[in-house]
Amino acid sequence: MKIKEIFNTMVYGPAPESAAQANEFLDAHDRTFQLFINGEWKKAEKHFETVNPSNMQVLANIAEALESDVNEAVSAANKALKDWVKIGGRARARYLYAIARQIQKHSRLFAVLEALDNGKPIRETRDIDIPLVARHFYHHAGWAQLMDTELKEYKEIGVIGQIIPWNFPLLMLSWKIAPALAMGNTVVLKPAEFTSLTALLFAEICQNVGLPKGVVNIITGPGSTGAALVNHKDVNKIAFTGSTEVGKIIRKAIAGSGKKVSLELGGKSPFIVFEDADLDSVVEGVVDAIWFNQGQVCCAGSRLLVQESIQDKLYEKIKVRMEKLRVGDAMDKCIDIGAIVAPVQVKTIDELVQKGIEEGNQMWQPSWVCPQDGCFYPPTLFTHVSPSSIIAQEEIFGPVLVAMSFRSHQEAVKLANNTRYGLACSLWTENINLALDIAPKIKAGTVWINSTNVFDAGSGFGGYRESGFGREGGKEGLFEYMKPKIEEQFSEKPVKPAIQKSKIAIPAGIDRTAKMYIGGKQARPDSGYSYIIKNPQGETIGEAPEGSRKDIRNAVEAAHANGKWAEMTGHARAQVLYYIAENLSARKAEFSKRLIEMCCYSQADADAEVEKSIDRIYTYAAHADKYDGQAHHTIQRNVTLAMPEAVGVMGIVCPDEAPLLAFISSFIPAIALGNSVVVIPSETAPFSATDFYQILDTSDVPGGTVNIITGPKEALAKELAKHYDVDGLWYFGSKEGSKDIESLSAENMKRTWVNYGKYRDWMNNEQSEGTEFLRHASEIKNIWIPYGA
Amino acid sequence: MTEIRNEGIPFDTKYFENININRSAVERRANSLGGRRTVKKEYQAAWLLKAITCIDLTTLAGDDTAGNVERLCAKAISPVRRDLLEAMEMTDANITTGAVCVYHNMIADAKRSLGSSGIPIAAVSTGFPAGKISFEQKIDEIKKSVEAGATEIDIVISRELVINSKWEELYKEVKACRAACGDAHMKTILATGEIPTYTKVAKASWVSMMAGSDFIKTSTGKESANATLPVSLVMVRAIREYHELTGIKVGYKPAGGIQKAKQALDWLILMKEELGEDWLQPNLFRFGASSLLGDIERQLEHYVTGRYSASYRHAMA
Repeated sequence: MKIKEIFNTMVYGPAPESAAQANEFLDAHDRTFQLFINGEWKKAEKHFETVNPSNMQVLANIAEALESDVNEAVSAANKALKDWVKIGGRARARYLYAIARQIQKHSRLFAVLEALDNGKPIRETRDIDIPLVARHFYHHAGWAQLMDTELKEYKEIGVIGQIIPWNFPLLMLSWKIAPALAMGNTVVLKPAEFTSLTALLFAEICQNVGLPKGVVNIITGPGSTGAALVNHKDVNKIAFTGSTEVGKIIRKAIAGSGKKVSLELGGKSPFIVFEDADLDSVVEGVVDAIWFNQGQVCCAGSRLLVQESIQDKLYEKIKVRMEKLRVGDAMDKCIDIGAIVAPVQVKTIDELVQKGIEEGNQMWQPSWVCPQDGCFYPPTLFTHVSPSSIIAQEEIFGPVLVAMSFRSHQEAVKLANNTRYGLACSLWTENINLALDIAPKIKAGTVWINSTNVFDAGSGFGGYRESGFGREGGKEGLFEYMKPKIEEQFSEKPVKPAIQKSKIAIPAGIDRTAKMYIGGKQARPDSGYSYIIKNPQGETIGEAPEGSRKDIRNAVEAAHANGKWAEMTGHARAQVLYYIAENLSARKAEFSKRLIEMCCYSQADADAEVEKSIDRIYTYAAHADKYDGQAHHTIQRNVTLAMPEAVGVMGIVCPDEAPLLAFISSFIPAIALGNSVVVIPSETAPFSATDFYQILDTSDVPGGTVNIITGPKEALAKELAKHYDVDGLWYFGSKEGSKDIESLSAENMKRTWVNYGKYRDWMNNEQSEGTEFLRHASEIKNIWIPYGA
Repeated sequence: MTEIRNEGIPFDTKYFENININRSAVERRANSLGGRRTVKKEYQAAWLLKAITCIDLTTLAGDDTAGNVERLCAKAISPVRRDLLEAMEMTDANITTGAVCVYHNMIADAKRSLGSSGIPIAAVSTGFPAGKISFEQKIDEIKKSVEAGATEIDIVISRELVINSKWEELYKEVKACRAACGDAHMKTILATGEIPTYTKVAKASWVSMMAGSDFIKTSTGKESANATLPVSLVMVRAIREYHELTGIKVGYKPAGGIQKAKQALDWLILMKEELGEDWLQPNLFRFGASSLLGDIERQLEHYVTGRYSASYRHAMA
């Protein structure tokens, strides 16, 4: 175009980023890549093509790792593990630092390669993805340095299998590899099939910094490669980011194996706008929420919830803004939206949009058309969508925003939480009181106030519900890559005091009927059955109610109905716990006697268990107002609050042994942090628990906080695992039982904590008390609060 | 180009009392804009030429004399070397700066130097830069500048009225200035570097527009903080809302600290994105700048020749 014509029209022109050096890199590899195993490139038998979605041209051939390659990679990681642990955190810090430096030095090459392979705008890879990658390695170099002194009680997990998605290829690699390496693990990482290239460039960097062979292995390939990795017996943990569907498959596949797992899955995150928000800024927030990375973001603010009083004004502003968005080649420096990763994704997006139209929702797209030569999809807005609509429920994973209105703050919270997911939330108001009132009420791992889609290595990221579990980033994220050293002391058999063979006097007298305890009231079993309880010498000592699935249902409902407990301050909860301890102390003799009757303990052992139980309650009363969060040092100007929140309603399945102490040790930490619990006490010795409800009744514990269901442990545990409205489940029992719990819990992704048939000594404080219990009873929510008047 | 002037609207706090500007979000948008839009090669050259036509080429110094004002006016008439314009086929495009901007007592010199070029003279007024003179003196100064031949008057507002939220008084002050301007166009300088919050910048923008300003302008160039992209974003969004409300297009003038061609492009992009192409013309957009032109000339020579330029190769103002 002639200068005069441009001068008169003031249009934008093409502004392409050069691909020359990225092409040189690809050519240097003859556009064919192999597998990075044990620090070397291993020739693969089969290859598949990777395509630039902006123009559908083939970029390179990528190796397909077969099961034998996976085996080789895992074995290389396994071999490297010992030395990688041995060199210590401080030496590992140097490697991570070197990697960070290398990423910075080659930042543009990474950015260009990523934009070519993925289709996301070069602005995003250059200004957001790659700087965050370098930051992640720097931050975790620091954690490696500090591990030996700050995290003394923890050790590495071992070989980590990591499977990452295509939407943030290198960033997700860094989120996986940096903390794993820092904590002394070795990794086998599988990039997404669509986007392997930056991971392969990263492999070269590992070579360049002299990373010991086998510490990082990168195996490319399709889902079957990932499946082989997931199922490999020598992999100690799987870290997965991707779809909820695949996350559930992985959860089930490794259930009971003892492999740890962290899953960062899908989302349908709410973007809530209150009437006092800065609406022009909200509009840009919407752009960053749903048109960032073409909306292919697990935490994309894809559900716009607008206060009814401003909805028309906001929709109009959004439409005006959408008209100005530019879609085009990822390498163009003058666009907002790049290419969708692959045709199959465009198809999925379009099918959902068509369904949205068929459902009668109001659809709006800008007047301009997308380029035709690549995988493009226009920004799309649905307004006046009802929560029952498919497009309001399903993750579209594309540039499609669905909007609906709310009337009150309460309704906003309800709509926001009306989803199976719980990854993130963005909320907009200029009223700090409102913002900090709403943020804790949203089921989401991250809440951004007056901002959206901001990330930092110093802040944990992860979800609730079917968005998965585990956190990545921040101190909270490290726990995914280390385990307590104390676990090595657990034994293969239950730890319990010796049985006294003497004859025990079973008291005659008035028949005391043990009942269950639901919603603060004693309850008879729905089944109408009782079962006989015998002591280890075979003597009948009483009958207990035989709980069934309906009792579980009632207990879970009662637990949910109790809103009071969670709203109390830590101090107030501590007071109640102290009161419980006080009341138990007053009835020490009676509880000792029960233990002797049920378990044939010696008087001394019985007294010791009761005394320890009282002490343990004291410990968690002490923690109740002290297990608090952090204000993270993130890189933007904001306060990032990392708040531990109660998981919600938790199921707690007690072991058979230590019927009083294990019962206390497991449910008290859960309620100390504000959870409501449904407890299945020792099946063989339930009376310590059924005696205990009298103590609860007299200690100001709100009804529904603790619910006790006696009966067949495994069957009741499975009901809890299957229940959609149970948020977390602890299981102390057999290996097989652990497997069932993990497998059945996959459906709603409830948090599970099981013992895989390894047994604690409940009398040992180090093994059976402390922050490890509290950590599993809570989730960290990160609330980002930017400031500036 | 005929246009409807902003005659203002009656004072009413309802238009601005609920304004809440979120600084962090505004800064985020302003910071990402340069990454979202850019112009290269012939597009950049065309845009830079457009930027020149939007410059109020300014000298506001204590040592201004007839001599340097004369040079300034000559540069305004012919801001780009002829061979460069020829190479860009732009000799017939009448590339001049948007105006020259001087103190009141230099108007006569400017008028003489600009002759029949048609380039408007802007005079800073109302006790520029601090505005600490009596109201009567302010009105008197405007009238005298208009009489002397200024067709554009850049007034400064009383910052204490903004600081103390005396919005109606501010309205009256600006409205009186506007009346004194007569046919001369009025640019209202908020001196944003001395306004404590973005929310107050937005409110002051509203009051100034409601009182009939033809342009709103960031700074005198004499405050410690000059024009920034975030503050501009706040002001142009107010212009947009005022346009939506009244149908009237108010112009925008960032001033102070704009020295580089790249900055000029950032502002043009901001205007195009937030307000649209209409605001990329000198009737609705001006830069208040003195050294910007020199950098643009160097960039244009680089475009034409492929060599990085030197300032001595371009006529000084």
